[in-house]
Amino acid sequence: MQNAAINAITLAFRDEWPRLVATLVRELRDLEMAEDVVQEAFVEASTRWRKDGVPDRPGGWLLTTARRKAIDRIRRNKRFDDRLPALAEAAKVEPQPEMLIDDQMALLFGCCHPALGIDAQVALTLRSVGGLSTAQIAHAFFVPEPTMAKRLVRAKSKIRAAGIPFTIPPRDRLADRLEAVCGVIYAVFTEGHVSSHGRTLLRGDLCDEAVWLAETLAELTPDDPEVRGLAALCLLTDSRRNARVDGNGQPVLLADQDRQRWDRDKIDRGLAHLISAPARPSRNSNDRNGPYRQQAMIAAVHSSAATFAATDWAAIVSIYDQMISAGGNPVVELNRAAAIAERDGAAAGLDLLEELDARGDLDHYLYLHSAKAELHRRLGNRRAAASAYENALVVCDNDAERTWLLGRLATVST
Amino acid sequence: MKYALLLYSDQAAGPAWDTPEMAAEMQHWFSYTAELAEAGAMLGGEALDPTETATNVQVRNGKTITADGPFAETKEALGGFYLIDVPDLDAAIDWAAKIPSVGYGTVEIRPIMEFPDQT
Repeated sequence: MQNAAINAITLAFRDEWPRLVATLVRELRDLEMAEDVVQEAFVEASTRWRKDGVPDRPGGWLLTTARRKAIDRIRRNKRFDDRLPALAEAAKVEPQPEMLIDDQMALLFGCCHPALGIDAQVALTLRSVGGLSTAQIAHAFFVPEPTMAKRLVRAKSKIRAAGIPFTIPPRDRLADRLEAVCGVIYAVFTEGHVSSHGRTLLRGDLCDEAVWLAETLAELTPDDPEVRGLAALCLLTDSRRNARVDGNGQPVLLADQDRQRWDRDKIDRGLAHLISAPARPSRNSNDRNGPYRQQAMIAAVHSSAATFAATDWAAIVSIYDQMISAGGNPVVELNRAAAIAERDGAAAGLDLLEELDARGDLDHYLYLHSAKAELHRRLGNRRAAASAYENALVVCDNDAERTWLLGRLATVST
Repeated sequence: MKYALLLYSDQAAGPAWDTPEMAAEMQHWFSYTAELAEAGAMLGGEALDPTETATNVQVRNGKTITADGPFAETKEALGGFYLIDVPDLDAAIDWAAKIPSVGYGTVEIRPIMEFPDQT
């Protein structure tokens, strides 16, 4: 009974937290109160379910309990008096599935409102939609817990004072706002995938959270190709998690990864998102071939190759060409040069990298220097390789990558 | 909710006086203000004379100190404001995005502080 109750609470927390917060944000029009009462409902569940058994519909029990807590609070604090009639009315209606989807979308749009700073958007999304604790978010971003707590309090104060709405934006703004939501989820993913400051290269928990958010968003807006592309990109990239670092926490290049260790389930789910994107997007959704989808297509080419040598480099180069003609950036050009090096040989790739280096846009970008170093190394230019590794080390702030670069430098310095 | 829309722009930007462009922009301002009023969102608003006409006042140790100039010498100066009453920030953003000077200036949206005894 005890274990059953604990399992039920863990499960309900994962499944019901965002729905409960979303429903209550609509009813209470206050994010902080919504989160607080949902939290209290879970605390009550942890004692009651153990004693009385798990209710038939845990979600319904939690919602009723959270609403009761909200009514108690409002009675104590007159500031929210005007919310009582609406809440009493809402309590009579069982939320319908469509309403739940709309409420969750509204919660995501509110947390990812561009009137908030990106750090605040990320923290709020993880807290309110993901149900992570302040301590967990602080830990994930390597900031002290009081700093993260302050960030969340400030964000919620701004939401209240500035009147940031928790609503689904009108059609003419939907695509822009959806892009902002995708940006937040992608920021969570990249922070988890390559932690920019710190000792480890991979922090799976943030990647799990981003994959879950991206798949949830894809469930909510199944017709947006960019949302599908984002979900595919996160899944396909994350499928390589176990192969990307070795036993000592050192990064393993794509060429050297043991492809047996790639997660087939994630690859299949990622490919399914790419295939299921509609042939023609609805008028107000994002482009069919937006940047997330294009990056996901590149990841899909890698996922489909049995070995590094068998990779369809021509296909990858042509996707980069599309990205550049759609208004690329120096990082896309760098990646294209690396693909050209595989398709046409190291010398051809190196020519493009030298051109890019001369422009100076990527002086502080680690991967320009490391890519140059790798190609020089392949061509046997030991001295040029060493100097490029040294340049990479100057701009490197990740311990795992630093160790790796020092190891590579040693191989060309003797 | 009530908001102040604070209109900042480079005073040299925008159309010059006595040009057809200025006449067109003035029409734009009038129709925008009328639209705000028709929507029931307008509480007030004014355009300000340029910062060359500004006077600063401070009182320190009981002494009134008066000086020429705006409070802050910035490239983009406060040139006017609207006070509006709309349901939420998104509605305020929609109105801000339609302000004639927003194409060359910046509109800062500031919520009006609500005091507990006001509500």
